[in-house]
Amino acid sequence: MLALTRIAKVFGRATPNEVRALQGVDLTIEEGSFVIVIGTNGSGKSTLLNAIAGTFFVDSGSIELDGRDITAWPEHRRARLVGRVFQNPFSGTAPGMTIAENLVLAARRGESRGLGLALKADMRKELQDRVARLNLGLERRLDNVIGTLSGGQRQALTLLMASWVRPRLLLLDEHTAALDPKSADHVIHLSQDIVSRDRLTTLMVTHSMQQASNLGDRLIMMHRGRIIHDYSGAERRRLRPEDLLARFEAVRRAEQLDESAAEMLRRAYV
Amino acid sequence: MTLLVGALTIGLILSLLALGVFISFRIFEFPDITADGSITLGAALAAALLVQQVHPVTASVAAFAAGAIAGAMTGIINTRFGINRLLSGILVMTALYSINLHIMGKSNVPLLSERTLATMVERAGVALTGSSADVLIAGWSVPVRDVSVLAGAFVFVLVIAVALFAFFRTHLGMAMQAAGDNAQMIRALGVNVDTMVVVGLALSNGLVALSGALLAQYQGFADVQMGIGMVVWGLASIIIGEALVGVRQLGLLIAGGILGSVLFRLLVAIALRGGLDPNDLKLVTAIFVFAALVLPQMARHAASLRQKRAA
Repeated sequence: MLALTRIAKVFGRATPNEVRALQGVDLTIEEGSFVIVIGTNGSGKSTLLNAIAGTFFVDSGSIELDGRDITAWPEHRRARLVGRVFQNPFSGTAPGMTIAENLVLAARRGESRGLGLALKADMRKELQDRVARLNLGLERRLDNVIGTLSGGQRQALTLLMASWVRPRLLLLDEHTAALDPKSADHVIHLSQDIVSRDRLTTLMVTHSMQQASNLGDRLIMMHRGRIIHDYSGAERRRLRPEDLLARFEAVRRAEQLDESAAEMLRRAYV
Repeated sequence: MTLLVGALTIGLILSLLALGVFISFRIFEFPDITADGSITLGAALAAALLVQQVHPVTASVAAFAAGAIAGAMTGIINTRFGINRLLSGILVMTALYSINLHIMGKSNVPLLSERTLATMVERAGVALTGSSADVLIAGWSVPVRDVSVLAGAFVFVLVIAVALFAFFRTHLGMAMQAAGDNAQMIRALGVNVDTMVVVGLALSNGLVALSGALLAQYQGFADVQMGIGMVVWGLASIIIGEALVGVRQLGLLIAGGILGSVLFRLLVAIALRGGLDPNDLKLVTAIFVFAALVLPQMARHAASLRQKRAA
């Protein structure tokens, strides 16, 4: 379904701020699987999602999705296959436009946009039905501008928009991180419902160990632009939040050891 | 009274400029200076074609198309070559100055006996009323010709405004609005934002050039200098329009832009009549736009200071 082959990306190459964000990531995801991505800050989780979505082009390696090589496709072309929800609730919706207008834009994801009237009566009916399923009462406010909604309401709508036309791949980039606990809970349940109902192939980045251990059928952990752990099947089901924290702790300790070892060497030889 | 009718007519004609500036400045937040050149382009091309006995409708359509090409150039320079938005517009505007001179062959073209949209509407008005004598409107006597042109301009602008509103209700029009509102979002929904900018600026400058073509036909001449400061003029109209309608709803904003243009032209006519030196007109317009942009900001700042002091 999705196959990443040795993809690499360096930001600010040959400057003091050079960041090797992705260092040869290999990842293959089967149709219909729900993959959780965790990792420390700056480990490359979001960069990985952005590389797949086409926010930038990778320096090397290839990206194959749904049997097509999309490595050189621009972002808007990949949107035909990929649905996305961003971390920032302001990113996924047009604030100056109404709920209905935003949704009707999403209903045409990846299709050509001509001079046909966008909001026809039958479309409105469908909007109402689908928005009602969010259980937020927004179906009565379809003509309100999005800018007046809360972050949680916006993320719920963005989720609906990303999955309106069934995406071949759904990318969720810490989409509950900026929400209060109650909204985050609602959006997570919604995500789970949509993913399982439409059997969507999903890649979800999260900071929450709770989400990481409860959701998905496969879990990968990233560190310094590489995938360092990959759990699936029975191994994945046995993982508890404590186990994940222990893995993070191990990574941290290894790092500290590296630094003190380097310091020791420097003292001895310089 | 003739003065009032004239001011209303020019206000309506320039409302197409205001709508063009509305698309670039408000929908795309693209400070597009191309308009200074494309309004002259429209006037120059229409005048040059009319002198060649081309039908006024054809000449006006050609002016729209030429403006659209100029706007698309600005869009392409910005999106394809990564040149700063303001500079892209300045480059095209500067280039247009020479192009406009070439089109006209000299610095101005008078339209003395040529058939124009204005003369056509005048003739239709006279034919309809059966005389070219003055008519009485609210106790004032006004020449039939002037009233016909005003009515013609009103109908023309109304048609364009309705068409523009309808366009923004289509799939393409909505994608264009979204490209200005949240580029990241609409890209993730499969729209090429660069294309939207190019098409949007083409539409914007097409309207501006059409405004220029109508202005030349109404005034009876095209002049290479006529575009100077027109972007600011359009911006002033939009700001007045926004103050008039208040809400940020597209249909009302389009109507507001037209009302703003007419009202601004009336204010200018009154000021000129009251003794304002025409040479000071651009200075006053610039100061007006500056004040309109800065005063709300200062008011908010003062309000927040007051709140802090109260707390």
